[in-house]
Amino acid sequence: MNGKYFRLFRQFTILMTLICVSILIVPDDAEAFTQQVIQKGATGDDVVELQARMQYNGYYDGPIDGVFGWQTYWSVREFQEQFGLEVDGLVGEDMKDMLVRATEYDKEFVHRMLREGREFTHYGGVDKHIQKGPKGSRDGAGRTGGPERDRKEQAPPEQPRAEEPAREPAAEPAPEPERPAEEEVPAPAEEEPAPQDDEPNIQKAMNVPDGFSDNDIRIMAQAVYGEARGEPYEGQVAVAAVILNRINSPIFPNTVSDVIFEPRAFTAVADGQIWMDPDEEARKAVLDAINGQDPSGNALYYFNPQTATSGWIWSRPQIKQIGKHIFCE
Amino acid sequence: MMRNIVIGVLAVALIGTGMWGFREQEEKNTVMMQSENNYQRAFHDLTYQIDLLHDEIGATLAMNSKERLSPSLADVWRITSEAQNELGQLPLGLMPFTKTEEFLYKVGNFSYRHAIRDLDQDPLTEENYDDLKQLYSQAGEIQKELRKVQSMVLRENLRWTDVELDLAAQDEPLNNAVVNGFHIIDEKVGGFSEVNFDNETNKVTGNDEDIEKNIKNEDQINENEAIDKAREFLNQDSLGDVQITETGKGLAYEAYSLVISDGEHGTNITMDITKKGGHPVWMLNEREVQQEKISLNEASEKAEDFLERNGYDNMQLVESKQYENIGVFQFVKLDDDVRIYTDEIVVDVALDEGDIAGFESFAYLANNKQDRETELEISKEEAQERLNPNLNVKEHHVAVIENQLEEEVLCHEFYGTIDNDTYRIFINAKNGREEQVEKLDNPEPVYQ
Repeated sequence: MNGKYFRLFRQFTILMTLICVSILIVPDDAEAFTQQVIQKGATGDDVVELQARMQYNGYYDGPIDGVFGWQTYWSVREFQEQFGLEVDGLVGEDMKDMLVRATEYDKEFVHRMLREGREFTHYGGVDKHIQKGPKGSRDGAGRTGGPERDRKEQAPPEQPRAEEPAREPAAEPAPEPERPAEEEVPAPAEEEPAPQDDEPNIQKAMNVPDGFSDNDIRIMAQAVYGEARGEPYEGQVAVAAVILNRINSPIFPNTVSDVIFEPRAFTAVADGQIWMDPDEEARKAVLDAINGQDPSGNALYYFNPQTATSGWIWSRPQIKQIGKHIFCE
Repeated sequence: MMRNIVIGVLAVALIGTGMWGFREQEEKNTVMMQSENNYQRAFHDLTYQIDLLHDEIGATLAMNSKERLSPSLADVWRITSEAQNELGQLPLGLMPFTKTEEFLYKVGNFSYRHAIRDLDQDPLTEENYDDLKQLYSQAGEIQKELRKVQSMVLRENLRWTDVELDLAAQDEPLNNAVVNGFHIIDEKVGGFSEVNFDNETNKVTGNDEDIEKNIKNEDQINENEAIDKAREFLNQDSLGDVQITETGKGLAYEAYSLVISDGEHGTNITMDITKKGGHPVWMLNEREVQQEKISLNEASEKAEDFLERNGYDNMQLVESKQYENIGVFQFVKLDDDVRIYTDEIVVDVALDEGDIAGFESFAYLANNKQDRETELEISKEEAQERLNPNLNVKEHHVAVIENQLEEEVLCHEFYGTIDNDTYRIFINAKNGREEQVEKLDNPEPVYQ
């Protein structure tokens, strides 16, 4: 009798444990990546998670900013090489699984830091105690790079770069792939991330086209908005393209602001309309133009035939009319 | 009594208005004077730089030692860019002073090329000296005319703000001493005999001429064929009416401009198709893109499919970037595993519905050709030895790029890092020259 109850009790305990374990595991899964294959140039939450997880096990020491830039790209490739995945810089199912199993991701913390625009890092297993505990306990993960830390204080003399993102040398020597057989997690589990001096990083970033800053884009968007709001989208892209064509032309100045603020070049500059807040469309038009679009067909000038009085401008070889503007060579 | 009060009040009001007006006037004068002084500075500086330019070109003519020649040519280059900069600050705007600006550009280009070339191995030829002499005398002409204008401005106290007003009033014909002076200079420069500049292509125009050259032997298509072509190219069900116009003579190649209504979104798709050969040049979908639904990776596959469907074979994705809800993909042609960077096509994909939001193939149309030489004379290892030893090489390709002299060159392309920065370096696969070194941009932090 007693034995029977005992057995039942034991089964019950096991069941409860299983339930508890599964409950513990569930939130992890819920926070894991979406289905997408993440590739270079992507932005968004999956990239934040990727960077945080890669930083957790020491493969990535750049800023967690949600933009899959070069630094992230090389980290991904190094990771893939290390664990025998296809080295293509694409973060697919396999790699995501590996990362999810091997690392912790404190989403709430990371996103709060991003929202608050703080400097932070997300290195895993910060002190010995946590490293020995059950795989980087939650509150340990990431809390290390305290936002209030000061840049100078950190300037780490022995900052190891790129190649071997400082894996804990003393406690666990490097990535010996065969250790605990408890989980069939491959090597990444063993990556003992270093307590590495967490270099603070300014967070949150965006993609910008090569050679242009976000502020350049903003100035151009203001010029486009001042000159061509209300025009068809194509016409706005064309105006932005004219600015770029002028930069490339020998007979005009060579920078964004020199071209835009050249005296008497743009009416919107002369009458101050350039100082209005541009809308999203103008910004998009500028980005399109910078990425190579040119509906104007390489035009250097444009004018509104209803208001233009200069005879000279009419003498230019015309390319086409878009909306109210005639674009010419 | 009452009258006196009214008079008093009016008198105070009058004095008040007068004082206010006076202050306004003063302020306006100050502002005017400031901008006048700015213009004057730019103008006098311009004449000074042209003086310098003339002298410096003269000095190079007399030089014999190579150690002096390069710095001196570099100085010429610097001065031309200073002069161009000052010129850009004068309120000439649409006034045609373009020939002079072009002249400065050419002198700058010429001096830069000779300044950077290895004069020990490759000294200046007789022809180069003749060119220099010619530039010297031409710079002298400009200097003389500009000095005339300058002395007139000083003597007669001419103001650039008046020039600006005159130009803005746009009376035809314009009669302003300064403007006339500049006209004379520009006409003179226009009459200069062309310096040969080493047979280099003095490309001051865009790639539309290259496009024309590249497609000139292809068959002409008519409007209906262009419309069919566009529908086939876009391959969307919801396309409606098409408006079609022809481009003007300002464009070197002839093209049809199409505006196609997109029934599903109530917006327009616009594109240009060349008359010869019917090549789509660019395409834009103006619809507003909603919240992103598909990943950048999925979008890149869609872009690839799109290119394939439209007969652009062997295109390789070399760069992808996500701008909020739009994915921008840069493709280059792949010839025997060689990346042809000159044959570039950019495709935008909307990340909400995964349709093609933009397409442009200017570079592809201008440069695309068959039978490029892809024979390497320097191996990857040899090329790698020429890299900066601090560079940690991560990736290697063979590529064709257009170098600074605007020639296509076959190169080894290396991606590498130094600390946290990524670099792309092209080593010429024939002579091992470092053709191009770029620091690739990191994502830009949000400054707020």
